[in-house]
Amino acid sequence: MSADRAAALSVRLEQAGPIPLDVRFSCARGELLALIGPSGSGKTTVLRSIAGLYRPEQGHVRADGEIWLDTRAGIDLSPQARRVGLVFQDYALFPHLSALDNVRLAMLQREEPERSRIASDILARVSLNGLEARRPDQLSGGQRQRVAIARALARDPRVLLLDEPFSAVDRATRDSLKDELASLHRSLEIPIVLVTHDLEEAQALADRMCVLDAGTTLQIGTPDEVRLRPSSARVARLMGQSNLVPAIVADDRHLLCCGARVAVTRLNGFSVGAHVTALLPPDGVALQPASGEDGNVLRGKLTEVQQIGDLAALSLNVDGATLRFRIAAREARERALKAGEALDVWLDPASIHLLRER
Amino acid sequence: MDWTAFALSLQLAAWTVVLLLPIAIMLARLLAWGHVRFKSGIEALIMLPLVLPPTVLGLYLLIAFSPQYWFGSFLKSVFGSSLVFSFTGILIASLIVNLPFAVQPIQRSFEAIPRNVREAAFVSGLSRWETMRRIELPLAWPGIVSAIALTFAHTLGEFGVILMIGGSIPGETRVLSIAIYDRVQAFRLDQASVMSAALLAFSVIAIAIVHMLARRGRSGTHVR
Repeated sequence: MSADRAAALSVRLEQAGPIPLDVRFSCARGELLALIGPSGSGKTTVLRSIAGLYRPEQGHVRADGEIWLDTRAGIDLSPQARRVGLVFQDYALFPHLSALDNVRLAMLQREEPERSRIASDILARVSLNGLEARRPDQLSGGQRQRVAIARALARDPRVLLLDEPFSAVDRATRDSLKDELASLHRSLEIPIVLVTHDLEEAQALADRMCVLDAGTTLQIGTPDEVRLRPSSARVARLMGQSNLVPAIVADDRHLLCCGARVAVTRLNGFSVGAHVTALLPPDGVALQPASGEDGNVLRGKLTEVQQIGDLAALSLNVDGATLRFRIAAREARERALKAGEALDVWLDPASIHLLRER
Repeated sequence: MDWTAFALSLQLAAWTVVLLLPIAIMLARLLAWGHVRFKSGIEALIMLPLVLPPTVLGLYLLIAFSPQYWFGSFLKSVFGSSLVFSFTGILIASLIVNLPFAVQPIQRSFEAIPRNVREAAFVSGLSRWETMRRIELPLAWPGIVSAIALTFAHTLGEFGVILMIGGSIPGETRVLSIAIYDRVQAFRLDQASVMSAALLAFSVIAIAIVHMLARRGRSGTHVR
């Protein structure tokens, strides 16, 4: 079973230009992999390459044991031959056809009346029963997306690809579609690749994330791994981490950073004297306990105190670096924290993560 | 009323539409999406009949059709007789003159189809031919209908080129527009006005029918 799972989708793409690519990842059956990266990082090109709509200079794509692309062997299956379900960013529905016909058209290999019956079933599965006869311009954004998903599933695909599926709908629709995608993910026994630039979306839905930057795979891991243990400062920044400060490894237990000597539990293989970037996750920053731990205390100046619901977001300038973290709003009120005041914070040695720049 | 000329006009317009449409669809599709070298050059060439005086175009066609030169004699060997002063000759001229009226609207409507809609068809397993039949042509339908209407109406009204290479042979090249001209030359304004009114009415009706078809075709497509 495990070898079978590993074989579901494997992708390797390389090219110098015009869109530089150096991407490799695999996705198991039933796994949802999020390709995440800033716009222009090549995410959509990767999806198009898997679907056969784009041919990279060099590459290898294997799905369900079948080779779809092998530039060295001269294999490049057409999109028609790839059995792939692709949900386009703007859905790309056939505007002149009803929802039912959009789905039926993806099943031309089946005979009637089976084709219509299965198409209706798939539409019901994405909660579109009763809307079969409507054309795309008579459907809402969320409904259109469901038609697009239904059409992608109609071919009984070996791989499901979703390109920024939530970018064109409003917040409320997005939340309900996310729930539906999550349940679809549970029910589908095929690899799903989701392209997104929305971290929250990726963390909520993905089993693993593949971080792309300028067409290059930077890190692949579970959402928590990528968020808390990024492989480089670049990944940390792409994942929206803000507390990244330059540091020097002082000895096997300490760093010099923010003008202080800070204890750490892991050096991540860096040797003494190395110049590194330290990630100080907001979770690991706390107001200095009145009594207790000594050491690992940084003194800084509060530059911003902002209340967000029952939390207070604090920005602290420590020796030129900015640390951002949150505390309970009640605590901020009790301490009467104001911008401009001096404040001591404690860093959890176990939370500090050392990184190279790239 | 010169019924022979009227019938000939209809015949010429119908044949022009029938023969030109497939050519125009292929050309328009190629220009809209194909990787064509010298694309603007080809487009300019297609547009040429719009700006060229019909007499100039007619003169060049007359020279091209003339059996005195190699091309004309080649054409003569293909068609069995000279194309000058023949229905086949004015039909070929009409095909050339109407190229911009047929290609332009179809090309515009092909260009308006988003690339990813065609790609969605490929990914859905539709072959190129199926994609053309089920997606591209239905979506380009309004442009195709415009092309039919424009070509038909424009052929009915064609005069200069036909006169240059066809002359005015009853039953062969004397179409309605030329018959009208002949009547005016002969000071038979009453007959000329009857024929003009008939041409006008017929053109209006033809365009109305075609546009009605366009609207119906668009809303009535579904997968069979």
